[in-house]
Amino acid sequence: MQWDIVIGLEIHVQLATRTKIFSGSSTAYGAEPNTQANAVDLAMPGMLPVPNENAFRYAVMFSLATNAEIGRRSVFERKNYFYPDLPKGYQTTQLAEPIVGPGHIDIDLADGSSKRVRIHHAHLEEDAGKSLHEDYHGMSGIDLNRAGTPLVEVVTEPDMNSAEEAVAFAKKLHSLVTSLGICDGDMSQGSMRFDVNISLKPKGSDELGTRTETKNLNSFRFMEQAIHHEVERQMDILEDGGRIVQETRLYNGDRDESRSMRTKEEANDYRYFPCPDLLPVEIDDAFIEEARASLPELPDERKARFKDQYGLNDYDAGVLSGEAKLAAFFEETVQHGKDAKLAANWIQGEFSARLNAEEKSVADSPISGAQLGALVVRIADNTVSSAGAKKVFEALWTGENEDVDAIIDEKGLKQVSDTGALEAMVDEVLASMPEQVEQYQNEDNPKKRKKMLGGFMGPLMKASKGQGNPKLFNEILVRKLGG
Amino acid sequence: MSISREDIEKVAVLARIKVDDEQVSALEKDLGNILDLVDQLGAADTDSVEPMAHPLDAVQKLRADEVTETNQREAFQAIAPATEDGLYLVPKVIE
Amino acid sequence: MHNKSVAELSRELESGNVSSVELAQQFLDRVKREDEKYNSFITVSEEQALAEAKAADEMRAAGKATPWTGVPFAHKDIFCTNGVRTTCGSKMLENFVPPYDATVTANFRAAGAVCLGKTNMDEFAMGSSSESSYYGATTNPWGLGAGDKRVPGGSSGGSAAAVAARLVPAATGTDTGGSIRQPAALCGITGLKPTYGRVSRYGMIAFASSLDQGGPMARTAEDAALMMNVMAGHDPKDSTCIDRAVPDYTATLNEPLKGLKIGLPKEYFSDQLSPAMEEQVRNAIREYEKLGATVKEVSLPNAKLAIAAYYVIAPAEASANLSRFDGVRYGYRCEDPKDLMDMYTRTRAEGFGSEVKRRILVGTYALSHGYYDAYYLQAQKVRRLIQQDFLNAFKDVDVLMSPVTPSPAFAQGEKTTDPVAMYLEDVFTIAINLAGIPAMSVPAGFVDGLPVGLQIIGDHFSEARLLNAAHQFQQVTDWHQREPK
Repeated sequence: MQWDIVIGLEIHVQLATRTKIFSGSSTAYGAEPNTQANAVDLAMPGMLPVPNENAFRYAVMFSLATNAEIGRRSVFERKNYFYPDLPKGYQTTQLAEPIVGPGHIDIDLADGSSKRVRIHHAHLEEDAGKSLHEDYHGMSGIDLNRAGTPLVEVVTEPDMNSAEEAVAFAKKLHSLVTSLGICDGDMSQGSMRFDVNISLKPKGSDELGTRTETKNLNSFRFMEQAIHHEVERQMDILEDGGRIVQETRLYNGDRDESRSMRTKEEANDYRYFPCPDLLPVEIDDAFIEEARASLPELPDERKARFKDQYGLNDYDAGVLSGEAKLAAFFEETVQHGKDAKLAANWIQGEFSARLNAEEKSVADSPISGAQLGALVVRIADNTVSSAGAKKVFEALWTGENEDVDAIIDEKGLKQVSDTGALEAMVDEVLASMPEQVEQYQNEDNPKKRKKMLGGFMGPLMKASKGQGNPKLFNEILVRKLGG
Repeated sequence: MSISREDIEKVAVLARIKVDDEQVSALEKDLGNILDLVDQLGAADTDSVEPMAHPLDAVQKLRADEVTETNQREAFQAIAPATEDGLYLVPKVIE
Repeated sequence: MHNKSVAELSRELESGNVSSVELAQQFLDRVKREDEKYNSFITVSEEQALAEAKAADEMRAAGKATPWTGVPFAHKDIFCTNGVRTTCGSKMLENFVPPYDATVTANFRAAGAVCLGKTNMDEFAMGSSSESSYYGATTNPWGLGAGDKRVPGGSSGGSAAAVAARLVPAATGTDTGGSIRQPAALCGITGLKPTYGRVSRYGMIAFASSLDQGGPMARTAEDAALMMNVMAGHDPKDSTCIDRAVPDYTATLNEPLKGLKIGLPKEYFSDQLSPAMEEQVRNAIREYEKLGATVKEVSLPNAKLAIAAYYVIAPAEASANLSRFDGVRYGYRCEDPKDLMDMYTRTRAEGFGSEVKRRILVGTYALSHGYYDAYYLQAQKVRRLIQQDFLNAFKDVDVLMSPVTPSPAFAQGEKTTDPVAMYLEDVFTIAINLAGIPAMSVPAGFVDGLPVGLQIIGDHFSEARLLNAAHQFQQVTDWHQREPK
């Protein structure tokens, strides 16, 4: 049987506010346990919440960037459940009246098509603390530094039909919130976490199947794996004539396994009700216009500009505009390096490969766009060959030297472009290879001749100690060998 | 309206309060009486009435995003039942 | 000294007839000597009180005295006091010493007032008799002479008893469904529940957030006004606290009452009210007529639904508010929990008393799946109807007057086995909390040697007018000056 895959996402986006959503405690990552958990965050008796203005500003910016309705009046509710990392015994969240209403995000797919994914709504809520699972004499340790960090939970419609689409959406959302500057986007610190709702239905059927929810995936890769895993699991069950149980599942990315956390029957009764410690938040026109004025260039706008301003193709423009920091790095490189296409190739090639290999983000790059730009200039003006340029890049990356020209000098990577010197080398090499010269001159097939030309390049590069300009060598060879 | 033993047991689990059989019997009577009192609400005609969550028709004020709190861990953990290495300790948490 | 009002003590301190330290010591000695009979204090903080008194004397010497500087008083044990144990009447917080002050606490501290300790109360403010305290019941000073042990009302029964017994001239209270007014009435003192949002709730341990309001308990309306001058005002730490100018509540106490329009809600003069009580209340209203007020009957048709709405909304909010007492970060934790669930369920079963558990369970039930619309949402709609009744009444009259309670102080143990009978004790006070409006209890006579309270109800933010009406009444009556024997 053929199946349609139906995927909806719920994505927790940690907002990059300085303080928590309901208290003036810092949200800085990595502090000593419980040093950023104060009376309100710890739910000490008598403590009351006061909402953070920036959390609302960021949520409104998100609305504007996703063409979403803005909740002019939003209401916090209490979601009641007990967990040691939830100090109040309820999570303050929004349900019936969220800050972000229906909107959409367009995603680009590998086949060049684009697709619109609808956002059902997004709401503001507080993050929980962390249970640390190291063993303290059979006990668990609780760190509440994260408790109260503001989150926007983005809930999509079930508009995605493959892992590829879901990942494309997740990456686009990541690109959007980091470009907006409302989230630091650091997945390793849990700044974005995904819950994936998946169901299958017979191909072409209108009726949705029973769905499962796989919770708390914290990387694009795990999300993709988890979707493949869950689709296969459901397919196996359905093709054996079984039924899918509506349940919440946990996926273990390291083992590519999942297990049931709880079924619908065991589902919590969260007893939502409007939080009586908070009043309705009303967003007025001035607040919205102020947020609109503070919107930076969005990825889609930037992509169009990159194509227009730098003459990049659709693919290059898409990759380089997606992430705000990468886009800024590219523009800095072009500013110093002039040749946009060459800059684009180097950033997507050597630079990205090196970041990936060392699991670094653009922000952690040891070289600046200005340095890479300086290198691009020297590649473009034939000062260095591409092989030489890689050596320069290496020296920049390891911090051996910061100056491109100094590295070229020091390592003797400067290409010889003095025609007289090159001609002498060509004469010498041709004289030492009379048989090959004769073969070449007797060959009529231009393709074969071109190939045979390559046979002279090795000895020429050797004679020039790798510093001869290959392009010039080529020109001289063709001339001397008689066409 | 009466409330069943099963309901009481279910609600007690939700509220994380241990109740023994004897207490369930007492609660069946007490909660039943309270719910009888509360059931008068059903008689009110509220078709066109907006629910009222707050007695005053006021709007939330928002706080500037500025750090106002400093580390008070020592003071707070001095009154905690069990801590170690700055963490609150609880019986093992299993997801 | 112990018979003097706050205003009088303030003048004694001002004139230098007594120092803050001397005054604090006198009152502390009296508390230690007398409170065995009443159990009105959970904690007497002698050391801190004397330190505060010393600081108050220095404040006065530095020329920075306020009317409260050096005046002794007490806090209901629901207000967090930095460095002084705050129990809320519960085993759950038996050893809880907060490292912070409630805003109300901080305000009194800044004014230089001297807090002698923390007064007894129904556990988590849930009750109308102060019998549900883990620290033992409080006894009403009235009736003791006849050998009767009567309740002081609740939940602020400790504050009411302490003021009535002249252990302190004033004490703070909180009122969620009548918890200031009912004990004030039963103990023959003056109490005010302010408009919701007038006094900060920050650091006041929450029972039902949309109903709770702190307020003054004293012997005179003038002292209540002096307390309001310290307690009222905007607090950025409480989102529900209203940003609105605070008048000097003492400035209008002497306004004449001529032309004051009084409404009598007919539903509050029903057969639930004993004839002897009604007679006292009507006598009091006649005093107002003598002062130039006019009286007319009004109707609050939905008032009869107030108890039903309250016993959905208050327990529902409480069920969530009390979830934080889980044994993880502070307060009681059961011995040797075998797992997480066991820790939660035994901590809460052992740490909370039976009335608190009942209300948590009722509230959890009312919010649970399938019952939300019928209970919680319906109660919120009825709440609006009740508020509308009051707002309509205030189109015609300036204040409403009624009894505070259906009967005078009842015997200890009389209603402890029947929760619903206890709930009906608040039949005349509860609607006011739902509507969020202010109301006072003013001593207005005696039935069988026990005090009777007159309730004066006003529109939102009309505290100054209520205090004025009470003060004028107290200029022509002496019920508030009577001392229990």
